Amino acid sequence: MYGKRSKFLTVMLTIGMAFFYIPIILLVIYSFNYSKLVLVWGGWSTRWYKVLFESEEVWAAVNMSLKIALVNATFATILGMLAALSMVRFGKFRGRTLFGGMLVAPLVMPEVITGLSLLVMFITLKQFFGWPENRGFATITIAHITFSMAYVAVTIQARLTGMGQSLEEAAADLGAKPFKVLTAITMPRLTPALISGWLLAFTLSLDDLVIASFVSGPGANTLPILIFSRIRLGLRPDINALATIIILVVAVCIAIAALIMFRQQKRDMLDQQLAEGEK
Amino acid sequence: MNIGMKNDISMKVKNQNSIVDRFLRRLQENWRSIVIIIPFVWLLMFFLFPFFIVAKISLAEIKIASPPFTSMVEWADGGIMTIRIVFDNFLYIINDSLYINTYLNSVKIASTATVISLLLGYPIAYGIVRSGPIAKPILLFMVILPFWTSFLLRVYAWMGLLADQGTINSLLIALGFINEPIQMLYSEFAVYIGIVYTYLPFMILPLYANMEKLDSSLNEAAADLGSKPTNTFFKVTLPLTMPGVIAGSLLVFIPASGEYVIPDLLGGGNVQMIGRVLFNEFSRNTDWPVASAVAIAMLFLLVFPIIIFQHYQGKAAEGN
Repeated sequence: MYGKRSKFLTVMLTIGMAFFYIPIILLVIYSFNYSKLVLVWGGWSTRWYKVLFESEEVWAAVNMSLKIALVNATFATILGMLAALSMVRFGKFRGRTLFGGMLVAPLVMPEVITGLSLLVMFITLKQFFGWPENRGFATITIAHITFSMAYVAVTIQARLTGMGQSLEEAAADLGAKPFKVLTAITMPRLTPALISGWLLAFTLSLDDLVIASFVSGPGANTLPILIFSRIRLGLRPDINALATIIILVVAVCIAIAALIMFRQQKRDMLDQQLAEGEK
Repeated sequence: MNIGMKNDISMKVKNQNSIVDRFLRRLQENWRSIVIIIPFVWLLMFFLFPFFIVAKISLAEIKIASPPFTSMVEWADGGIMTIRIVFDNFLYIINDSLYINTYLNSVKIASTATVISLLLGYPIAYGIVRSGPIAKPILLFMVILPFWTSFLLRVYAWMGLLADQGTINSLLIALGFINEPIQMLYSEFAVYIGIVYTYLPFMILPLYANMEKLDSSLNEAAADLGSKPTNTFFKVTLPLTMPGVIAGSLLVFIPASGEYVIPDLLGGGNVQMIGRVLFNEFSRNTDWPVASAVAIAMLFLLVFPIIIFQHYQGKAAEGN
């Protein structure tokens, strides 16, 4: 629905975008401030970036967070894909309502509740089976997979419903078995959704503070836990520098993902037209 | 006799073999069940099961031990099983005005922030829908981008803006509007800003998706029949975008009411919200039974909005 955009709408759009971006831009500018006090300007400098790179604590947290995010994204994508296929392509099965409910619930569940319930579960497991002995990498990863697979499933579900079944039906008509249809037709066409699902799970994991704080033990710091413990006491110039780096990396990743999605969408429309034309 | 036994055994082996065979064959035929079972079991184990444990602990008593609560089922002498259920924790929450007030305060803050987000988000979403083919994807990308960047860091960015020596106060003083800084950080105002800033994309995106499908000929028809733009908006556009309004509002309200980071960083100790109380109850006081009871009570508060949301989600999925 294109059409004329009234002046009021243009003004609101401008205010909205300013509201979104001014805080982030200021955060980036202040990261180049020489002064120890974030808000007192002391001239341009990259001093705080140096401080950041020399901090072993920061590197350890980055390492931990990246490891968790990588494992999480991979498992969450696999589980989310299986879940999405079950919900969209397999028709009715026993327990579908419960399954669908459990799949959407983590999206809207307050983080404090998810975190608390996972922590008490890990403690109960330890009491009965002696595992997990220490809370850290494994427990945080399991917790992250549980909530990020829901996001992946939603992304892939949307893609599965969006791409229609005409190509799959065409393959079946030509004699392909259901499993073959899945591996030769459905999966390749899902690739962009899998990539964006993977990226989504990756950033969700890198971003999570509350759930990780609940299920991590003493000494196991992820990056958000480290940042939070520092900024609770006020502004810190090294955190501004860290924030700038993180925001830059994320923005580049998202731009790449958006391009991939956009190109795939175009190619898809062509495929779809061909398949429908031959029917 | 001997031969008979042998036959018997080989029969059994054969039977077992055929069971394995049948199992394998069924596996090949039912690869779909495996696809379903893997995520299903994962969610049962790590999503549903933990809730039962929380519900169980909420009915236990506090005990100085590890874990710090009494067990529900105990074996008395002679193998007699006793089950202890205590509702004290829920009574404690209900009778303590701190919890009730925090509850009401969370609902108030979350719903006010939802209304503000709607008033801001609606015209922004409408503006994007009405933009040209080049501006539209760029604007959409600009809304999605903050949604992907670290939530914690975006809240942190506002700490610098709202502080006493922060950008807003310095600007206002430089412009001569005020002489002394206004205290904005560590107030309810700051929490509102934080929630609206964080959750505005959640409002805009469902609204955009909904408006994008609208048929503009309806608006034109209304205009042709002499309806004024405001009238057309309230009689045609707004009713048609209600699904988007509801989805967006719930997506803001539900996470906002359980928020921990925003009231902690921007509200300081001055703004009490239930998510923060729960977190502190757990980490500081280690009163697990009461914390679990708070969690269960919080879930009850959110169960209706969540059901409404899922209902609309389901409808939207069918519509597609």
